[in-house]
Amino acid sequence: MSSTTATAGAVAQARRTSLHRQRAWTLKASYAVLTLMVVFFLVPPFYMVMTSLKSSAEISAQQGNPWIVQHPTLANFAELIANSNFQTFFVNSVIVTVLVVVISMSISVLAAFSLTRMGFWGSQTLATGVFLTYLIPASLLFIPLFQIIGKLGLINSFWCLVLLYPTLAVPFCTWIMIGYFSSIPRELDEAALIDGAGYMQMLLRIFIPVAMPGIIAATIFAFTASWGAFLYPLAYLYTTDQMVLTVGIVSDLIRGDVFQWGKIMAGCVLAAVPPVLIYAFLMDYYIAGLTAGATKG
Amino acid sequence: MAQVSIRKVVKAYEGNVQAVKGIDLEIADEEFVVLVGPSGCGKSTTLRMVAGLEEITSGEIWIGGDVVNDVPPRDRDIAMVFQNYALYPHMSVFDNMAFGLKLRKFPKDEIKRRVDEAARILDIQALLERKPKALSGGQRQRVAMGRAIVRNPKVFLFDEPLSNLDAKLRVQMRTEIKKVHQTIPTTTVYVTHDQVEAMTLADRVVVMNHGVIEQVGPPQELYHNPATRFVAGFIGSPAMNFLPVRVLDDGGLKVELANGVKLAVPPQRVDRYGPYKGRQMTLGLRPEHLTEIRDTEKPNVVRIDCMVDVVEPMGMETLVHFFIDGEPVCARIDPVTHSAPNEVLPLAADLNNMHLIDNESGKVV
Repeated sequence: MSSTTATAGAVAQARRTSLHRQRAWTLKASYAVLTLMVVFFLVPPFYMVMTSLKSSAEISAQQGNPWIVQHPTLANFAELIANSNFQTFFVNSVIVTVLVVVISMSISVLAAFSLTRMGFWGSQTLATGVFLTYLIPASLLFIPLFQIIGKLGLINSFWCLVLLYPTLAVPFCTWIMIGYFSSIPRELDEAALIDGAGYMQMLLRIFIPVAMPGIIAATIFAFTASWGAFLYPLAYLYTTDQMVLTVGIVSDLIRGDVFQWGKIMAGCVLAAVPPVLIYAFLMDYYIAGLTAGATKG
Repeated sequence: MAQVSIRKVVKAYEGNVQAVKGIDLEIADEEFVVLVGPSGCGKSTTLRMVAGLEEITSGEIWIGGDVVNDVPPRDRDIAMVFQNYALYPHMSVFDNMAFGLKLRKFPKDEIKRRVDEAARILDIQALLERKPKALSGGQRQRVAMGRAIVRNPKVFLFDEPLSNLDAKLRVQMRTEIKKVHQTIPTTTVYVTHDQVEAMTLADRVVVMNHGVIEQVGPPQELYHNPATRFVAGFIGSPAMNFLPVRVLDDGGLKVELANGVKLAVPPQRVDRYGPYKGRQMTLGLRPEHLTEIRDTEKPNVVRIDCMVDVVEPMGMETLVHFFIDGEPVCARIDPVTHSAPNEVLPLAADLNNMHLIDNESGKVV
């Protein structure tokens, strides 16, 4: 009896050791891959920050290690911030992006709620259709859109971007929100209906607070799509007063074959600040499991 | 006053699949009615139609003297407790309970008074500031009940509210629900698939099967006088034993088991079973009427020897499973009586409590 027990114990021990070894190897491999990815993604921003801290002379000297700053300076930042063109680009970008996020999220949340919860005829097909529109590449649309924008008299006005970007952001944001709203238990709607809520009250007082992680995810997408877009401002805007950051930095700081690398990189660092802040701020709220406790978990 | 009347109500889905097939039910004011039946029998659909969460294909539903077929849920003056609690996860317990009152624009002090009163009844005063995620399953279900109570509605609707709780808590909450109904007598419609819940809670039980009502009655009546084989088999745990028999006249009215054993029909039932002479029927006998031999002198008690297959000691009783001609049979015996698998156990069948079921109609005769 005791020898049987001892053998069983040894087998269990061996299995545990084997599992432990497998887990250790999996963890090592995961860390290695993650480290590679972190390096891969962080090298460009690191190089951008390093270059932004160099003087034009140091950049053009091309001596020493290019990854290290010999004589750090904030001159590029100071000159750029004082530059009225850069200020205009920045303000234009902020206006366009804020409006695009507000418009896109308003449409997406309302569309997703009606598609998932109001159960009207054809809602399933419409939901699929919304996603399919996202699959059309933006680069295919800019010529027909150019004609539309032209007819509306909005060529070389950043208001055209306020009109156009939601057409890119809304389908995907709606898709994200459809997924989130679908995950909210149907009993919550029914409880709200019985409690006396109408559809709008249900949306505002139940769905939006409960689906906040989804709304934040969609907001981040809409923000990124608008803030970082390059093609449409390049095609539709050409004067400095209407320009946004992405195209403005390039067009203003590259004259002929003269590249003001220090200022370009400083501009990129400054342009990256709002997205980084927004990501950092919203991530605190972007927590999974906000529906915990609503139903049997 | 809030009677609920369900009149010839039909619910059909696409493809003419009928979930509820023209049921009629009258529920009196302050009555506690439990709809019970297996999955897919139409009990939840019926409840949801009363709530206004499902449209009615045909028929009428009346609440408190008004037809409510086209009245939205919020205007029906009902409150519902869901199986999954359906608490608003971002709101505190207080806000969850107050939500319906706030939407109806009740004054703040009235809301607070009602929530405090409901919290006192349900013993959740200490939880009012917590969010649902910080509550246990039982506490969440209490909050869900509190949300219903504060509204002081005409009708309470419960949709399998205890199904997600563990066995011990279920028993506890069952008592709580009964206590709440005694404290606040309100017309209540309660859906469950658990016949023990139905028996313990209901003033009247409605047994449903395949979208129709099989029988309506007080729990004891359903237990002792089931109308159909379905009700006989559904109500009671362990379920009633069913054995194929032939009714014959062999020096008195008897039923003959498949193995040739003849059991004399009790004299008080001869008139009732006489017309079925020569017919193949089903004998129904509850496990508690198949026991160890106690009193051989008692009339209409016959001895049946069985070869024990499985013994299940339950503490206060022991369940013995065996077969009679391939049909599984369960007996309830005293725990001190010796029984073991593969041993012969003499049992006493009390035919005073027998049921005879017509195989064609499925009705108990």
